[in-house]
Amino acid sequence: MAGFNKVVKTYDEALAGLKDGMSIMVGGFGLCGIPEGLIDQVKDLGCKELTCISNNAGVDGFGLGKLLEKRQIKTMIGSYVGENALFEQLYLSKEMEVILTPQGTLAEKIRAGGAGIPAFYTATGYGTLVAEGKETKEFNGRMYVLEESLTCDYALVKAWKADTMGNLVFRKTAANFNPMIATAGKITIAEVEEIVPAGELDPDDIQTPGIYVQRVIKGEFEKRIEQKTVKA
Amino acid sequence: MGISREQIAQRIAQEIKDGQYINLGIGIPTLVANYVPAGMEVMFQSENGLLGMGEFPTEDEVDADLINAGKQTVTAVTGAAYFSSADSFAMIRGGHVDLTVLGAFEIDEGGSIASWMIPGKLVKGMGGAMDLVAGAQNIIVAMAHANKKGESKILKSCSLPLTGVNCIKKVVTDLAVLEIKNGKIHLLERAPGVSVEEIVKLTEAELIITGDIPEMQF
Repeated sequence: MAGFNKVVKTYDEALAGLKDGMSIMVGGFGLCGIPEGLIDQVKDLGCKELTCISNNAGVDGFGLGKLLEKRQIKTMIGSYVGENALFEQLYLSKEMEVILTPQGTLAEKIRAGGAGIPAFYTATGYGTLVAEGKETKEFNGRMYVLEESLTCDYALVKAWKADTMGNLVFRKTAANFNPMIATAGKITIAEVEEIVPAGELDPDDIQTPGIYVQRVIKGEFEKRIEQKTVKA
Repeated sequence: MGISREQIAQRIAQEIKDGQYINLGIGIPTLVANYVPAGMEVMFQSENGLLGMGEFPTEDEVDADLINAGKQTVTAVTGAAYFSSADSFAMIRGGHVDLTVLGAFEIDEGGSIASWMIPGKLVKGMGGAMDLVAGAQNIIVAMAHANKKGESKILKSCSLPLTGVNCIKKVVTDLAVLEIKNGKIHLLERAPGVSVEEIVKLTEAELIITGDIPEMQF
């Protein structure tokens, strides 16, 4: 690798250095915009005792569901269990620690983490289980909860296009958590559909500047749809 | 007894005003989009990063990169915008969304709502619901008035873990339209053919009933 060329050719290089007990963030909303190949690589590496921060945990047998099946995650931080039967079972049996976090608070914790802000106040969750044990404060007659930000060792994101310098462009609702997660990793790896030469992306169109991204790999995506719904 | 899920959605849609930005939750709230009053233009916000959600796609239009918060494939209307989850919740938390419609397990006299877990039994997770109830000025809850055993879900005090406190002002159930003001629940309308007595019987909370209660109009 020379200069600002962030492109790696293999998944071994993409996740080099990932070890047991580390924290990872994984982009995506449900199965939309998830770094499929990077998740498979975490599964193949077999790393255990991971802390995993992601809005959802995939479905049974796909996406992060694969890491749940292999019991690689010790602590899961996310907002929605939904229809993932194994996730719900691991949570209710306390086999996996689950820290359910309101979706907007989760997004802001990651954004703040990447931006060097250690904590922020939000009205979200005040008076609920989410606020238990947390500092609260009144501003303009309303109560707010102090929420601490999040960063991670490895940030795994999916983008539509990257250039060789790690500048990223997302597509439609496949952006979701990916832009924030890209900013919050000590090492951020972007798995993308297409890599173009530096200079080919219009600087006006770049959503994540390459400064946040350490490695870029071209992936192959199944893009499984959770709820295919068509017009009657 | 009572109205269908579609009729609950239809009644809620009567609250829509022209030019509103609206967030619809999963379930009955999603159906509200089918009943936007004629001649009105609204934009639907989907918290996974879409403002200007359109109808379901045709088979040819299906795009795995374009879904709603219920993970269903959707389309985008003219004037739509895509953005990150952080931007999406800036809109929500910052009070920029005009109307939010969401479901609930329980509602109480204080305007508190429980919608995300039943301890030891069911965990859905709160998703964006806690942020939505904290951020929206105008929230309508769509829910069943009682469960299948006839146990009321309109309570003096919620029994399940809360999603938000003192934030709900309007509720539309299969039996009634309710308004919550100053710690009291007022019965505003009843479902066609349902008597006030039947509603009172299936409501644990005290209902304030003033004058004749009209039937919902469709």
